[in-house]
Formats: sequence, structure tokens, C-alpha cells
Amino acid sequence: MALPLDGPGLQEPVLIARAGDLVGLGGSDSPLLVRGLTVSYGRKPAVFSVDAEMPAGSMTAIIGPNGAGKSTLLKGALGIVPRLSGEIRVFGQPFAAARHRVAYVPQRAGVDWDFPARVIDVVLMGLYREIGPLRFAGRRHRQTALACLERVGMADFAMRQIGQLSGGQQQRVFLARALAQNADLYLLDEPFAGVDAATERAIVGVLQALKDDRKTVVCVHHDLSTVTDYFDRVLLINLRKVAEGPVGEAFTAEALQATYGGRLSRDHIEDLALAG
Amino acid sequence: MAAEVGLFLDALALRAGYNSALVAVGAALLGIAAGGSGAFIFLRKRALVSDAVSHATLPGVGLAFIAMVALGGDGRWLPGLLIGSALSAAIGLVIVEWMARATRLSEDAAIGAVLSVFFGLGIVLLTIIQTLSSGRQAGLESFLLGATAGMLLSEAYTIAAAGLVAALIVLAMRRQMTLVAFDPDYAATQGVDIRRTDLTMMALALIVTVIGLKVVGLILIVALLIIPPAAARFWTDRVDRLIALAALFGGLAGYIGAALSSAFAALPTGPIIVLVAFALFLASLLGSPLRGVLAAALNGLSFRRRVHRRQGLLALARGEAIYDGFTLAVLRQAGLIRRDGVATLAGRAAAAAAVRDEARWDAAHDLAAHNLAEDERVLERYDGLTPIEEVMTADQIAELDRRLARLEAARPEVSG
Repeated sequence: MALPLDGPGLQEPVLIARAGDLVGLGGSDSPLLVRGLTVSYGRKPAVFSVDAEMPAGSMTAIIGPNGAGKSTLLKGALGIVPRLSGEIRVFGQPFAAARHRVAYVPQRAGVDWDFPARVIDVVLMGLYREIGPLRFAGRRHRQTALACLERVGMADFAMRQIGQLSGGQQQRVFLARALAQNADLYLLDEPFAGVDAATERAIVGVLQALKDDRKTVVCVHHDLSTVTDYFDRVLLINLRKVAEGPVGEAFTAEALQATYGGRLSRDHIEDLALAG
Repeated sequence: MAAEVGLFLDALALRAGYNSALVAVGAALLGIAAGGSGAFIFLRKRALVSDAVSHATLPGVGLAFIAMVALGGDGRWLPGLLIGSALSAAIGLVIVEWMARATRLSEDAAIGAVLSVFFGLGIVLLTIIQTLSSGRQAGLESFLLGATAGMLLSEAYTIAAAGLVAALIVLAMRRQMTLVAFDPDYAATQGVDIRRTDLTMMALALIVTVIGLKVVGLILIVALLIIPPAAARFWTDRVDRLIALAALFGGLAGYIGAALSSAFAALPTGPIIVLVAFALFLASLLGSPLRGVLAAALNGLSFRRRVHRRQGLLALARGEAIYDGFTLAVLRQAGLIRRDGVATLAGRAAAAAAVRDEARWDAAHDLAAHNLAEDERVLERYDGLTPIEEVMTADQIAELDRRLARLEAARPEVSG
């Protein structure tokens, strides 16, 4: 491996101390622990032997160029795509045992927005496990869904057909669906892609509130200029992990150069508010 | 002709004799089961898979016939034939699923291969059976397009029982099937087994195909699965209503189609049922107020008129000439301008109101741009047409007016 020996084993105590966290020093019950994750489509790996660990109450941006495996890393951790190798622990447990504590916000472009559903129906999908497959959604469930829509500023749109929403509104509905799960770990795939400024502010506000609530947030993110404003940790990947840690330490010009290679101009890198 | 119409009405009222009534009830039950089950196949966009499943029943029918004859029984024993058809359809489904998953073939290639190969094999078997001495009058070809002849009470019971099973499966699986159809990745994180859900959905298609073999036949059954939900989609934006409506349309198609073919003896039951289903689809496509094309055209026209009216009023207020003939026509019809294009009193008032509305919206956007808005969500309802009074409270608007007045007062100093 070309990477220096900065495995999680060495960094854990440092990170945990910095986060002011009192979880076990082994880090075994951290919200998300990824060890040696490899995911491959056909014979071409999309993510190769990535280690990562998200401390509780942190907000991490996963950054890397197109095709670097950012979304695949999330999907591999969630078991949406099969893992070739590697181990995932969610709050110290296999994902299947802890899935009630995890909320996933997929890319908006991945679904058919002409599907016959109203906004509130989509949010109620977040209560699937709570309602159960056989029962019908009750008044209590609808109130929960409405409260989640209120948090993303979409309560007025509850009865609209989802196809009538703008892209930013659709993204907020997806976020509301994740909020309805009342999870402890939130994994979002490009939540700011193609949304308007008002939506971006609304989403950031909700995510910051989650973080203040000691929830853990992980976003696949593509806008380098907002990383330092929105996030407190970064995970830089390009097939392999390049760097991981607090923004102040890991989000450096060298790390970005290593992640993006020649695709990122010097000027652009210098414009960013970087650490180091 | 009049006699046939009378017969048709009798058949609709279940008064055209025991056998016709039985066929009508049986076909209606089949349509309900097919429409309700088809809703999820439609939403998951898997119509072609269900078509492959239904075509894959044919070799099973032939092999079951041959096996029953070889064992010394009557090759036409229906339960045996149905079991055979279900087995071969299940094999066809498993092969499609396996080919799409394990090879790099796309699903539609796998479907095309399985559908045609199974169907070809079935036709070969049927031809062989025709040449067997025991197969003289097997009548197996009626499984292709359904039989016009009657129905046994036991067959109607079979359809009712299997339809009930299908309805229970739909009821029990509706939530997870909806999740999978809308957003499979998310469904997977919620612990829904996608593959098992898809297989259950196809099992529904299989049940409907098998009980529909005698009525509609295996070639056309896909129409009874897909057309009713496609028609229902025009009427509703909700999955639960879509299922209920699809079942209703399917049932109606079966019932009316069976009555028609009992009145007009020359008409084949299965194809007529499909045509009636299509008629319901066509009526929905044209006539539904929610998503029908006529309603869409009317909505489009009324929207176009609103846009032109607004633009015309703003042009009037600014004293600009209007060249667009449609804009002029809209304003004239509303009594806002005279024949010669000069604004009427009402027109001048409306123009002033439009300008004021525009200025208020601008002020609201301006506030939001400077992060001064107490509630910028109302701006999401801005579409260039909705009056601000419908979105904001009187207090909010008064605030905007004060801001506008301040800007107005400040303007001469800036320019001078």
C-alpha cells in the first residue's frame, strides 16, 4: 500500500479525545466503523480496502472526484451493494442488527418522481419499520411525518404529489423521510447536489441541529468550497482512502492533490480555506 | 342485432342462463385478481417479466398432458394441467432472474430469450400431442387465447379461491412492495428483502396467469395485469387507491367482456375482455380530470391565458405596445382593453394591481436575499402568477409596503 501507516488504530484515541467523547477506547461502539471495505462491480473495484471511523456527534464529508467510490462506500456500508471483503460495525453491531439506528438519504435522481405518492406518503415510508408491514398508518404516524416535514420547511406541501416539487423540495422530502426514522446515524448521498440556496441552508440547518443533538452525520459531498463551513471532519477517498480526520488536520492541499491528482488546479486549491 | 343487445343486457344482469352467469362472475373475479396484482408489477415496471412468466406456462401444459396420458389417466384433467403450467412458469421465472443476475445480459434480453424459447417449446409439444392418438381432441390450444365455451362451477371456485389468495398477498405485502417499487436502495436499508419481494410479485403474476389460462389465455393475460393499473394511474396519485381502482377496472373488464361474448356468440371471450379493458384505459386517458390528456390540455390553456394576462397587464402598466395576438385577445375578452388596444378603467386598475403585486414579490425576494426575511418559505410559492395576498398575511404585506415606501423615498437622492 502506498498509504502511510495512519490506520485507525493509531488515530482513534486522538480523535475520541478531540470529540470529547467517552465511548470505549477501542472505538468498537462508534456509530460507523469501516474496516478494509472493498466493493467491486464486475472485476473492477470501486472502493478498495477503505478504513474509516465516524465518532459520535461528528459531521463528516466524504470527498473525492467523480467515480472515486464515494456513493459506493455508503452503499457498501449499508449492504445495498454486496461487499467483496471488509467489515462494517454500526454502534458496535453488524448493520442488520442496528439498522433501526441508521437513516439513509439516497440520491434524488435514483427514483421515479412520477410515482403515485404524496409528500406525506414518502415521509411515512420512513416509519415502515415502526408501522410494520401489515398495519395501516395511524394519526400518530401522520403527525410524526408532518413534524418531520415541518423541520425541513415542507409541511405546506404534505398533500402534494411528489412530481410537482422542485429538485430542492424533493431533496428535503427525502431528508424528512430520514428524520422520521429518528435514527442516530445519518448517511446522505450528495444531499446538496442540484438544490437551490434556500434548500441548502435548510438542509445544513437540520444537519447541524442533528449534530448538536449528538447524532452522527455523514455526507457524500462534492462542493469543496463549503467543506470547512458545513463539516467538522473529512474523509478523502479515491478508490482508496487518502486521508481522514478533523477538517483542520486532514483537509490539506497535499491531501486534495493526492485525491484529485491533476484534476484540481493549484488556483482552485489555493482559494479554499485549507488547513495547514 | 337488437336481439344480441337484449342478450347482452340480460348477460349483464346475470339473466342469460346459468353458464353465462358463471362465466361472467368467474371473469370478473379473475379481472379483480389480475388488476390488483398487476398494480405492483406496473409500478415496478416489470410488465415484460410477467409476460415471460405467462408464456412459460405453455410447455408445462403440454408436458403435464403427456405425463397424465402416459400414466394412463385423462390428459385433459384441468388441475393437473394447471399444476404443470405453474411449474414451468416458475422455472421460466427463475431462469430470467438468474440470467439477469449472474450473467452480464440485461433483463430484457433474458426475458426475450426465455419467453420465446419456452413458448416455442410449448408449441412443439402441442403439435406432438396433436399427432398422438390420445391427443385427438385435447383442446390444449384453447390455453393460448382462452376458450369461448363455458366454465365449470369448480373452475369458478378455483378462480375465486386463487383470487382471494392473491388479494391477501397484495394486502400483506403492499407496504414493502410500494417501498421496493419507489426506492429499492432505501427499501434495502429498511431491511426489506428486494429479491424475495420481487419473486412474490411474480408469484402473483403466476397465480393470475394460471387461473386465467382457461378464460383469457396465456398470450393476453399480461394485458389484464397491466392495462387496469395503467388506466387507474390516470385517476389517482396514491398507491392504495391505484390498487383498488385497478382491481375495479379489471373486474369490470372481465364482467362486461364475458357478457359481450355470451351475447355475440362469435366473439372470443379472452380477447373481448382485453378490448373492454382497453376501452376503460382509453376513457381514463382522455377523460380523467386528474391526469387525462383533455384535462391536461385545458389546464395548459388556462395556464397560458394566465401568463398572457399577467404579461399583458404589466405591459399596459409600463405603457408598452402589445403585439402578441393571444395576449390582446385575452385582455379584450376580459374587458381590460378596448378594441383599439387602449386600456379600460378596469384594465388600468388591474394593471396597477399587477405592478403592485410584482413590486411586493420583488421586495420579498430582496429581503430573503439579504437574509432579513422572517420566513422565506413563502417564497417557494412564488410562480410569477399567484397574488401575494394568497401567500402572505396582511401584516407581512404591510411590512413589505413600508420597505417599498422607504426605497421609493430614497430613490431621488440616489439618482440625483
